Amino acid sequence: MEKPPILSIRNLTKKFGGLVAVDNVDLDIYPGEVLALLGDNGAGKSTLIKCVSGVHSHNSGSITFQGEEVRFSSPIDARNRGIETIYQDLALANNLDVASNVFLGREKEKKYLGGLVRSLDDEFMRDCSAEALKSLHVELPSLRSPIETLSGGQRQAVAIARAVYWDAGLMIMDEPTNNLGVPEQKKVLELINTLRERGVPVILISHNLPDVFAVADRLAVMHRGRKVTEKKISETNSEEVVQYMVGALDDTRETEMAG
Amino acid sequence: MGSSGKSASKGSSKTASQVLILSLMQVWAWVFLACLVLIFIVAVPIISGSSVSFLSVRNSQNILVAITPVLLLGLGQTFVIISGGIDLSVGWVMSFASVISALALRAAYDSGLPLWIAVLAGLITAIIGCGAIGLFNGVIIAKLKVPPFIVTLGTSFIVRGMALLMSENTTVIGLPSGVRDYGNESLMYYIRGEGGGMYFFTKPEVTVDLLRKMDRIITYPVLMTALVVAIAIYVLRRTKFGRYTYAIGGNQVAATRAGVPVESHIIKLYVLASVTAGIAGFLSMLRFTAGSAVIGDPLLLSSIAAVIIGGVSLFGGSGSIVGTVIGALIIAVLTTGLVMLNVPSFWQFIVVGAVVILAVLIDQTRDIIKAKIGTG
Repeated sequence: MEKPPILSIRNLTKKFGGLVAVDNVDLDIYPGEVLALLGDNGAGKSTLIKCVSGVHSHNSGSITFQGEEVRFSSPIDARNRGIETIYQDLALANNLDVASNVFLGREKEKKYLGGLVRSLDDEFMRDCSAEALKSLHVELPSLRSPIETLSGGQRQAVAIARAVYWDAGLMIMDEPTNNLGVPEQKKVLELINTLRERGVPVILISHNLPDVFAVADRLAVMHRGRKVTEKKISETNSEEVVQYMVGALDDTRETEMAG
Repeated sequence: MGSSGKSASKGSSKTASQVLILSLMQVWAWVFLACLVLIFIVAVPIISGSSVSFLSVRNSQNILVAITPVLLLGLGQTFVIISGGIDLSVGWVMSFASVISALALRAAYDSGLPLWIAVLAGLITAIIGCGAIGLFNGVIIAKLKVPPFIVTLGTSFIVRGMALLMSENTTVIGLPSGVRDYGNESLMYYIRGEGGGMYFFTKPEVTVDLLRKMDRIITYPVLMTALVVAIAIYVLRRTKFGRYTYAIGGNQVAATRAGVPVESHIIKLYVLASVTAGIAGFLSMLRFTAGSAVIGDPLLLSSIAAVIIGGVSLFGGSGSIVGTVIGALIIAVLTTGLVMLNVPSFWQFIVVGAVVILAVLIDQTRDIIKAKIGTG
């Protein structure tokens, strides 16, 4: 881990009224690593991620992305800086085809009469989408039919291809294997591995410990808004992680006692 | 099963008959329209016992003139419904446009401006006045998140009141007589029988006797509508604006997250719907050489029926302009055909209503079959 972190979170706190959802959290993610973020419901992992992806604005602390301190005004702002979030519900328009989704909001246009008349450059967008999918080793039955005809895993692949095409510097994936059949889950995990090979760091939010142990390099566990531990996958096991998740183990408490 | 059967992926369980049924259901509106036309071509001369032809120049042009306002109302509505909304105010907006464009035209002409400038003033007044109403609708729907059904229902009452107030509850008359030419003259003329023929771009100077045999082909309102339809097809299919309309109707949250300016786009959609209704009102004012506050309202439901028959889903996300054109044609052909068959006019409503329900049933069944085949 000699390289500087891509994303560096320091003393991050987010409150909703009196409720401290994220409490003084530090977290780093390095190039080409998959970091799993774990925690029970309400542990604060989603809120933490939403601060990074621009949905929420943090109350105190700092977020440094690619060496620059950032505070995003919106998810679009975060995405324009290279942080792509792939949500549980995918955030794709199911009535549109693959290319329309990959380019949604950032369409390529052909201009005529000095920009007076514009039309969509569908051919260009289709070619680029096909290439992005190919680079992820994904094969889809058709790029032209609406993606509602695709399976859940294939749609997940489209969402990932979109992030890859737009050159995401960091990918946040929220429960990417939820609601998927077993073979599809496997494919999504393979995609995460492909992303790592390409050097794209991934923050993986998951409840599914086997998934986490299959693809992650490190994991961080949150409990009641605080980060209670951060470990390399090779240095821990499921039983221990569960202990952290339910609050039976807590590294911060130990250091307090030691100090 | 030829080589094409082999190259198809083996996971797909589509059979030839299923594909046939599906594609028929995809284009059923075209087939239905063609069947209607054929039936009327055969039935009209037999039942009316005369040599009247359903597809005569005169009758086909009458159908085109009749669908012009319904189609214009339906165009904006198509965009709005694809985005997942609805605009119930377009009927009264059309009336409002008819009244204000007549008032503006009359005022401009009376102040000594040339006729064509006065007509242009009428059009601009209609577009700006109706655009303002659309802006009002759009802002309340997009920014204040009031359901479009309720906002546009309210607006339709407001606009109704405004139209009746401005027209002082009577028809706006006293327009220069030249206005009639703008609303009724055409690109081409056809005179039947001896001494007749086709005339292009200029109205032939003929005797009163021949004039009675003259048909106008593509009147200016029809031409303008055709132009608007062509632009609408292009915008919906080939531009960012169209893509965003589908995206918002398909998944508004996804569109927002993807960076689509959802709020401003929704506002633009309601402005568009009002402006096309405004053009409809302006053209009807030209056609009747008068502004009328009650011209548009009866057309609202016909225009929504045209959109639905044309295959636009009320849930948003799918549909096309061509579909709406077909829908409007089906309604117009049915209505005219039944009249020519001497069927009492009230039957038109019953038949159109049945077709609307049939259309939705066919579309739903098709989607169910598609889903079954897709997951099979």
